[in-house]
Amino acid sequence: MATKVNNSEGWLYDPILPDPETWPIVKLTHEREEFLKELVELSIQNIKESLGNNPSNLKDELARTLYTEKIRLNQTPWKADKPDEKDFWSKVKKDMVRINSGHENPNSFGHEDLVQRIVSRYAEEIAGVFDVQAYDFAKGFTTFLFARLLNASQNKGLSRFWGSRNNLHDKIHLVGEIDHIRELAKQGTVIVVPTHSSNLDSMLIGWAIQSIGLPPVLYGAGLNLFGIKIMAWFMNRLGAYKVDRRKKNLLYLETLKMYSELSLRKGCNGLFFPGGTRSRSGMLEKRVKLGLLGTALQAQRLNFVHDGEEAKKIFVVPVTINYNFVLEAQSLIDQHLKISGQEQYYVENDDFSTSNKMLRFIYKFFTASSEIAVRFGTPMDLFGNRVDELGASFDPHGNEVDIKKYFYSNGDISKDMQRDAEYTRMLGEQIVKSYHREAVIFSSQIVAFAAFRIFKKRHSKMDLYGLMRLPSEDLIIKPKKLMDSVDKMVVRLREMHANGEVQLEQEVIDGSLATIVKKGIANLGIYHAKLPLMYNPQGDFESQDITILYFYHNRLEGYELHKVI
Amino acid sequence: MSSTKSSDYKAPVGVLGGGSFGSAIANLLAENQHVYLLTRRQEVADSINSTRNNRGRTMHENITATTNIKLVAENCSLIYPIIPSAGFRETIQSLAPYLTPEHILIHGTKGVDVQLPPGAMLTSDYKLNPKKVNTMTEVILQETIVRRVGCLAGPNLASEIIDGQPAATVIASHFDEVIKLGQRTLRTPRFQVYSSKDLTGVEIAGILKNVIAIAAGALNGLGYGENAKALLISRGLVEMIHIGKHLGGDVVAFLGLAGIGDLIATSSSPRSRNYTVGYRLAKGETLEEILADMEEVAEGINTLKISKAMANYLGIRAPLTETIYEVLFGGKTVEEGLDYLMKFPFYVDIERSMFGTD
Repeated sequence: MATKVNNSEGWLYDPILPDPETWPIVKLTHEREEFLKELVELSIQNIKESLGNNPSNLKDELARTLYTEKIRLNQTPWKADKPDEKDFWSKVKKDMVRINSGHENPNSFGHEDLVQRIVSRYAEEIAGVFDVQAYDFAKGFTTFLFARLLNASQNKGLSRFWGSRNNLHDKIHLVGEIDHIRELAKQGTVIVVPTHSSNLDSMLIGWAIQSIGLPPVLYGAGLNLFGIKIMAWFMNRLGAYKVDRRKKNLLYLETLKMYSELSLRKGCNGLFFPGGTRSRSGMLEKRVKLGLLGTALQAQRLNFVHDGEEAKKIFVVPVTINYNFVLEAQSLIDQHLKISGQEQYYVENDDFSTSNKMLRFIYKFFTASSEIAVRFGTPMDLFGNRVDELGASFDPHGNEVDIKKYFYSNGDISKDMQRDAEYTRMLGEQIVKSYHREAVIFSSQIVAFAAFRIFKKRHSKMDLYGLMRLPSEDLIIKPKKLMDSVDKMVVRLREMHANGEVQLEQEVIDGSLATIVKKGIANLGIYHAKLPLMYNPQGDFESQDITILYFYHNRLEGYELHKVI
Repeated sequence: MSSTKSSDYKAPVGVLGGGSFGSAIANLLAENQHVYLLTRRQEVADSINSTRNNRGRTMHENITATTNIKLVAENCSLIYPIIPSAGFRETIQSLAPYLTPEHILIHGTKGVDVQLPPGAMLTSDYKLNPKKVNTMTEVILQETIVRRVGCLAGPNLASEIIDGQPAATVIASHFDEVIKLGQRTLRTPRFQVYSSKDLTGVEIAGILKNVIAIAAGALNGLGYGENAKALLISRGLVEMIHIGKHLGGDVVAFLGLAGIGDLIATSSSPRSRNYTVGYRLAKGETLEEILADMEEVAEGINTLKISKAMANYLGIRAPLTETIYEVLFGGKTVEEGLDYLMKFPFYVDIERSMFGTD
């Protein structure tokens, strides 16, 4: 149960809502039938509205949906698909032919009925359930797993799997405005938006959210992940909702958005990765997807419409997950290079397609990894304003702001989708800015950046693809050269740190240059088969794989650090 | 398009700044609704309110002038700040405490804001990162809680507007709502209002053209004719695009009213302040002498310093900007500057690649 607080196992904070019966996500499961009914009704309303409430548009949209769904069934079937998919769509097709062929005119009830059936099916598929016992089990299990694996790694091997305990929090640092966020979660609804670089992120962020005592969050998970049995078992019980990126038709997208909007309106805390997928380049997200963020704006507006002064506010918490080592780095950067090289065919590598692979991944991760920092950034309202612990919003000069009025025109709340879309875009920009301020910069990333830039300068006439093919004898750097660059970067980063523009790991804040370089080299992507940067027998630095070096270098893009070295 | 006063938005509108352009816009707005006009000096406000006279300009009877910024904010949810860029941030800061998220700001200031580190000066070799250069929209977003922002740009010589000559402007904003409101409040039978969604592009175009206007004045001052001017305007436009892209502007806006439209107007008119600076330089006056008796700011001078410092940082050649800079601050005469430009190896007129993204 949530009340079992055991700090040595990694529970840093007491849960802010100890009784699961008070969790909105649990209430949502209790009232699942009514919730689904409301979801379907509102989705259909939105679908019709976006089709201009025109029955013949609706008919066309249905035809389009049927057509694309048929293609999906034939071309990209997934294990997670329901067994009766084919039958369902065949029936839809048959009914559609019957309706269109005449006795009933296109304005008839027939098409509406079809929309109702399709949207209901989508809604049923998307919506998850939440099981408190499974949640407790998963919570214990992840902590157990994380702690055991860390322990094993530190005691050199599985034989010591059961050995003495190491505190998980020595390895996974949970930092940032945790108290502030806990207070906000008592006042309103919180949306956690983390950076995304590894498949481990979902599990890690879930564990981090529990560790700081927040009630569970509702999150979207790719339907493809439900093809993996262990994942499916957990996710089916932990309130995950399913997102199927193959379905791009209006009916599906509106239902998905409405699910998110409605659950936020019911007070469920949310989580999603606004970057969409893992960062292939290794860079911090430069832009974010706005679809789900937009549902937060709608939920906030409707909260004000329905509840007036009592309306709950929605807060956004940007979170950065910072690694010294990303296990998938190689395949991510390969994909990135292929895509940006405009290669026509590439096969997306899931890295993660079976339970076995997943467990091996996690084991590798913990046996290999050094520290991880999960930083909870400064929370804001949906307009990017600072909020205090009670959830009040403030302008840059400390004046309180009534955010309800962002929805005003002519003195009252109005519905203006174009306006709200613009607010969403601005919020996306704020999140990106926040990522750059809140990412914790590691010594390993600094040495990677310095080394890659030295190679790049040395071959300034070469394009990226030329650099990626440099022969190994060109991938050597004299120690002094690297130290010089790192020194200049550290000076600049400390300056930026003093101005609150970046976050740094402790050694970078106050360590000597030698310490920083030593730690950086020791931690940089240490588990890769070929090391991005290492000491060679001659005492120089050498890169065994410049593509991976490039990957870690990319994390520090956007800070203008190349200007100082 | 209808040009009647069929406005259902009858709430009063605010204008910040009683300079020539601010007054012209206030007069236009006053044809459609009541206007609160903020002036810096009390005697100017008094004069407007009692005699309808603002330093020689006749002001519409629907205008209430005031020095009380709070009064403007409380009475108007739509405000047009039209103040020189040098004082823009400060004025917005004093307005900020009275603003609510319901407020909409449409500014008409064609200049930029730079926050230099303490002690730094925009000297001829200063390297200025374009990221440190803010448009007025960015200043508003940084200093206030207002998000619904727009700008007003185009060939709008204040004195012609005051005379009631036909003219048009562009209102640019990311928000449809802001554009519509701008059109509704500003459109009159003699004043057409176009719309654009490219806020940054329109702002940048309006800002950069002032530098070229100085050069145009100088050419005229030397007595040269239309070939020379056409040469300057078309080369000037190319250079504006070149620099503008580094400030995040989109090329397309430069082809519209706020770009080429405004460039032609200011490069041809003795009524333009920036043009006047160049003209008088060519007639042999020094910059100090000219600035000493100018009633209002020529934004082009500040923009010139900033463009030059940005080109330093980016390591790009901007021959027109460099030359005008040398004439204003480096001791070159207008003749020497012109000689230099005529010898500069440009050769290529215009290339497709300019319209690309980098």
